[in-house]
Amino acid sequence: MLLKWQHLSQQLIKLTEFKMTENYTMPDERGHFGPYGGMFVAETLMPPIQALNEAYQRYLADPEFIAELDADLQHYVGRPSPLYHAQRWSKELGGAQIYLKREDLNHTGAHKINNTVGQALLAKRMGKTRIIAETGAGQHGVATATVAARLGLECVVYMGSVDVQRQALNVYRMKLLGAKVVAVESGSKTLKDALNEALRDWVTNVDNTFYIIGTVAGPHPYPAMVRDFQAIIGREAKQQCLAQTGRLPDALVACVGGGSNAIGLFYPFIDDASVKMIGVEAAGDGIETGRHSAPLCAGRPGVLHGNRTYLMADDDGEIIETHSISAGLDYPGVGPEHAWLKDTHRAQYVAITDDEALQGFHALTQMEGIIPALESSHAMAYTLKLAPTMKKDDIIIVNLSGRGDKDMHTMAQREGIQL
Amino acid sequence: MSRLAAKFAQLAQAKRKALIPFVTVGDPHPEFTLPLLHAMVEAGADILELGVPFSDPMADGPVIQRASERALAHKMSLRKVLAIASEFRKTDTQTPLVLMGYLNPIEMMGYETFANAAQQAGIDGVLTVDLPPEEAENCVVLLKERGIDQIFLLAPNSSDERIQKMGRVGSGYLYYVSLKGVTGAGHLNTDDVATKLAQIRNNTSLPVGVGFGVKDAQTAKTVSQIADGVVVGSALIAQIEDNLHDLATAKLKIVELLSSMRHAMDS
Repeated sequence: MLLKWQHLSQQLIKLTEFKMTENYTMPDERGHFGPYGGMFVAETLMPPIQALNEAYQRYLADPEFIAELDADLQHYVGRPSPLYHAQRWSKELGGAQIYLKREDLNHTGAHKINNTVGQALLAKRMGKTRIIAETGAGQHGVATATVAARLGLECVVYMGSVDVQRQALNVYRMKLLGAKVVAVESGSKTLKDALNEALRDWVTNVDNTFYIIGTVAGPHPYPAMVRDFQAIIGREAKQQCLAQTGRLPDALVACVGGGSNAIGLFYPFIDDASVKMIGVEAAGDGIETGRHSAPLCAGRPGVLHGNRTYLMADDDGEIIETHSISAGLDYPGVGPEHAWLKDTHRAQYVAITDDEALQGFHALTQMEGIIPALESSHAMAYTLKLAPTMKKDDIIIVNLSGRGDKDMHTMAQREGIQL
Repeated sequence: MSRLAAKFAQLAQAKRKALIPFVTVGDPHPEFTLPLLHAMVEAGADILELGVPFSDPMADGPVIQRASERALAHKMSLRKVLAIASEFRKTDTQTPLVLMGYLNPIEMMGYETFANAAQQAGIDGVLTVDLPPEEAENCVVLLKERGIDQIFLLAPNSSDERIQKMGRVGSGYLYYVSLKGVTGAGHLNTDDVATKLAQIRNNTSLPVGVGFGVKDAQTAKTVSQIADGVVVGSALIAQIEDNLHDLATAKLKIVELLSSMRHAMDS
């Protein structure tokens, strides 16, 4: 068994070679995951999202498109990313064996580029000349500006002005890459407001513009399309785990803001009932304080940004301002597929506070010499709790969705250090 | 016949077009709206669109965004908008009222609770920006059972097929968004609107109101020559924004603007 899989782990696991799920068929053709998902947009956006869906379905079945995507993932993104056995940390915690899916080693430093490479190829095929994106932590903005630079497309990135401040380094990176970064001053001045502003841009420039959404949210087909582009994470992890250990993992752990890195890891395992899937939301100052970003743990279903999902909203339906130390998790909604996986109990969702996330950050840095992004640190923090409760021959795969370089400023500030 | 259908029939007979002002309810504070609604009717409004403020108004430009923020600062909500509509109905039983806003406040209230509350408040139509007909089946039925019209948007890029669909699923009137963009943006191009309206009329017999880009008496007149109704929103709200410290003047300017539109449309 081990030998059979060994050679596979050495090469890129291609989209065309691996059927992801046999039984699970979500979403339906109109983008519904049970009651969630759908297409809740103003009329001007209906024709473009329908055109996008048609293009996406067509190119997904086009061997030439898939070959180009696979080649980009291998030579430009640097895939496959390693599945790394964190032996020292596993030993220290004294429980399950911890394997890290190293998305932090991708070009631009996070999983976000898996999706932007795919959507940019679609934009090119559809003849669009202008790319827009929203960003929170700036990782998706950087990943979008990167592919736009490579394809010579005009790029505008919307970013809440609060995030522009706390992620100044990424703003500079985007500008270097030739993108125009628009600081959004409306509402809470964070990711949700950046998304509102990007939607306003799209409705105005719909003819020449392709909107690259960075997470598994938005109207259909975005949640399914972004998932499919991110599912490379789980496809690789599955084969690498089989190759290295001869069996499937017992648990998957990933942080959830919009939820793209988590769904990317989870999706290829959905039919494997023995594999537990745990999404980690941001509890901010603590769920009980109300200052958090954990709609699955403490929110309720509603409609925002084109889909029905769990939201942070008050009794009147107004969206509540969220809080997290990590800009990438600071969002009041979550991908509709996560809402469905929660309700059907296929996945479990937990929340980690800012303080706990910092413990996860330091633990991985000190034990393994890997500095995780603050988003990924939430997954690390939950692993700190989970691993000791499991047996020594159990296996956890944790998605190390991004690297922490972008967070040095935030960390130093938090810990009172002058850089 | 619904109050909206009756209104359009009556206008058609008189060879007049509907003047449809939009204001965000509770902007700049809750007490301002009710007297303003009555004043707008006196100034010649045929149908009133009541904007329900929402925290994330994705289809709106800066003017209506700020109106929403001002109203929400006073804790305005869908429930309170309905309460103001009820008050309005006590003295005006004729003018159709259309709620315009986003879906989430309705989702939170629950569709059936909302439909009942809207009926009790004397609401005649509901226009939900982010609810296309594909997702609206449930809502349309609940509203229709209570004699309330679901009004849909049409856009410059709507196909024949979609126009037909809106005509089938929607009732009351259709709201043609004259440009690709958000509320309050740019100027509408009359030739483009005329071409599109011809296409719309080939595909549905519902009355068509045109909005987005109607700024003054001249554009109102021009639009009224090709459409069944003229919707004006941001231009009115800009009067509130320009006169936040003198709301009597704000109201006066809104009345003047509407009167001038009415006059231009009728002459």
